[in-house]
Amino acid sequence: MSDQKELTIKERMAIERHTMNLQKPEERVKNFFEVALGYTEEQAQSEAERCLNCKKPKCREGCPVEVPIPEFIMAVRKGDMKEAVRLLKSTNNLPAICGRVCPQEIQCEESCILGKKSKPVAIGRLERYVADWELKQGVKSPVRAKQNPYKVAVIGSGPAGLTCAADLAKQGHRVVIFESLHVAGGVLMYGIPEFRLPKKIVQAEIDYVVSLGVEIRTDYVIGKIFSLDDLFASEGFDAVFLGTGAGLPIFMRIPGENYNGVYSANEFLTRVNLMKGYLFPEWDTPVKIGHKVAVIGAGNVAMDSARCALRLGILASMKKGISPPEVHIIYRRSAQEMPARAEEVENAGEEGVIFNFLVNPVEIYGTEQGWVEGMRCIRMKLGEPDASGRRRPVPVPGSEFDMDVDTVIVALGTRPNPIVFFDASGIERTKWGTIVADEATGKTTKDTVWAGGDIVTGAATVISAMGAGKRAAYEINIYLNNKARGGKK
Amino acid sequence: MYPILTKQVFSDVTKLITIRARDIAQKAKAGQFVIIRIREEGERIPLTLADFNADEGTITLVFQEVGKSTMQLGTFHPGDTIASLTGPLGCATEIEKLGTVICIGGGVGIAPVFPVARELKRAGNKVISIIGARNKNLLFWEDKMGEVSDELIVCSDDGSTGRKSVVTVPLKELLEVHGKEIKKAWAIGPAIMMKFCAATTLEYQVPTIVSLNSIMVDGTGMCGACRVEVAGKTKFVCVDGPEFNAHEVDWNLVLSRQKLYLEEEKSAVDLYTCGRQKDE
Repeated sequence: MSDQKELTIKERMAIERHTMNLQKPEERVKNFFEVALGYTEEQAQSEAERCLNCKKPKCREGCPVEVPIPEFIMAVRKGDMKEAVRLLKSTNNLPAICGRVCPQEIQCEESCILGKKSKPVAIGRLERYVADWELKQGVKSPVRAKQNPYKVAVIGSGPAGLTCAADLAKQGHRVVIFESLHVAGGVLMYGIPEFRLPKKIVQAEIDYVVSLGVEIRTDYVIGKIFSLDDLFASEGFDAVFLGTGAGLPIFMRIPGENYNGVYSANEFLTRVNLMKGYLFPEWDTPVKIGHKVAVIGAGNVAMDSARCALRLGILASMKKGISPPEVHIIYRRSAQEMPARAEEVENAGEEGVIFNFLVNPVEIYGTEQGWVEGMRCIRMKLGEPDASGRRRPVPVPGSEFDMDVDTVIVALGTRPNPIVFFDASGIERTKWGTIVADEATGKTTKDTVWAGGDIVTGAATVISAMGAGKRAAYEINIYLNNKARGGKK
Repeated sequence: MYPILTKQVFSDVTKLITIRARDIAQKAKAGQFVIIRIREEGERIPLTLADFNADEGTITLVFQEVGKSTMQLGTFHPGDTIASLTGPLGCATEIEKLGTVICIGGGVGIAPVFPVARELKRAGNKVISIIGARNKNLLFWEDKMGEVSDELIVCSDDGSTGRKSVVTVPLKELLEVHGKEIKKAWAIGPAIMMKFCAATTLEYQVPTIVSLNSIMVDGTGMCGACRVEVAGKTKFVCVDGPEFNAHEVDWNLVLSRQKLYLEEEKSAVDLYTCGRQKDE
């Protein structure tokens, strides 16, 4: 392509945005393999030709980790993939993940100037293409930075922690990540399903972070095995970054919620993704799914739960030779208010998930043996906008009806896990259980502790957590360098 | 990876292992539990600590082979490693000097009641212990429990060791005889035993603590698989427990939630034993 004559702006704008190659819906519901197959080389090159390489690129401003977007796209256009990787990784430590799960439509791609007239450049798909190209080549271990004497503890190995740890390691600091589960990755491993984010991709990105010199200690629950105070007092850390996310499930607090067959989305997804319940009995953790499933909520976690339930149910029905399951999304507002990414809603719909809008559960019924056998719901209508700007759903009196369901998955959000706050002196929290921290710097109410990601914001996105991890790493680095100049150590 | 250091076989289904786990042993307290995953493809299972030694950096677990994972763990020997071990989890037993207390251990529940009895004794209480099992084979640690108790009552369902009775019979007698002297009781064992112990002590208004062993995944409050109702409120055994006021626990819910994966557990055991027979 580089030898060819440069295209004119008009010619670039005439190229249509390349759609993503997907597994067909009727096929993909029978497996847990990745749904989106990625661009071919030709598609990627051609998509890169669409970029106008604006003098003042708006896309970069839309990115929480400020990836040099036009520059890496120019490198793809020239076919210089190594340079594209270098540029991408100059600010983003986890590009193969971001290329898959970032909500580009409300970030970089929303700002793309092409989007005003036609469709924006598919920045996320190009990012994935570049990151996957690197993984296929085998990621080269970077040259390790010269080590300095300071030790940083990063609590939690999700997107915020991994990003913060990687950036600090690049500056030569000794970083230890403490992870409570038996594998690193946090929500990337336990929450997001294999078919949306393959675990070997996540593992490859984690391996890269480790190759920078970061030590990861799995099975360490901070607050239990060491407290935050212990990390300073007896374990010799100079600074701490808290990135433990929002891991506590929120239930509906309606009668019948403890019957067998009611799951938190956290439990259901952890059984399926982290523990590989879909491979039972080769893997030991079972996951039970009924024939008529109701998923409560309409965020990305609800879509993930519904699509996992559908796959498990279809695989089981094929084995038993019975009719396929029904999987319902139950949402108290209307389609327009759904918080999930449009793409995920579309994928779920194509696969056969049934959407029920303006419906809210009020009670779950159970058998005498304690198993779910039905759910009473009430119809809702939209009233005046509430604090979030969305129209508040209000019940329609007398509109109760019963749904015949045997499994209920509650996906109504999560809040921070308080376990980390045991013996964490000086750390202030809000009434929602999140940490009080400065958004720009991640600084908490304690001098040597920073925080970022869902533990500060409440449940949000992978990329916003990464942005927070990055900003905190920048601040921690300044703090440690100042400390070095002060000659304290 | 965590190496198994020693193994003791109490019966063909009850086994003890000690595991090297320095940091856990430093922090562990009576009443807490760990989550183990014995192999890469393994499930996460909670086991309440039977003992721990900070100086040696070890923890002790006693388990009964009831499912595939515990059967497989039963085949492990010193030198073998388990894939992961997390802890100490849950809240520690509240130990205080109360006067006379009763500690009841049923079956494999004898193991976790031991450190509780020991700490209560250390705190200056008069400890009366009752340990029981279906038969002599399944009963262990008579010696260890004897060392930390002022009085020890042993019983078995079939009379093959100690008194022929279930644990609630001597419990009721003690409550009759000592009445108000008994300040508190701890009961650890099968859910059905704990339910009946709770019913027995309720009659005499003796505060009673039980340690619940629910199905868990993460053990840190993340999944909610272990939820129980205590005094009408939903609690998570992993972070709010594992010890609860026995008189406030909804036992029917505890019993029905234990049956959640019975079918899957059975099929896993069938497949495993079938595979083992083929190997042999």
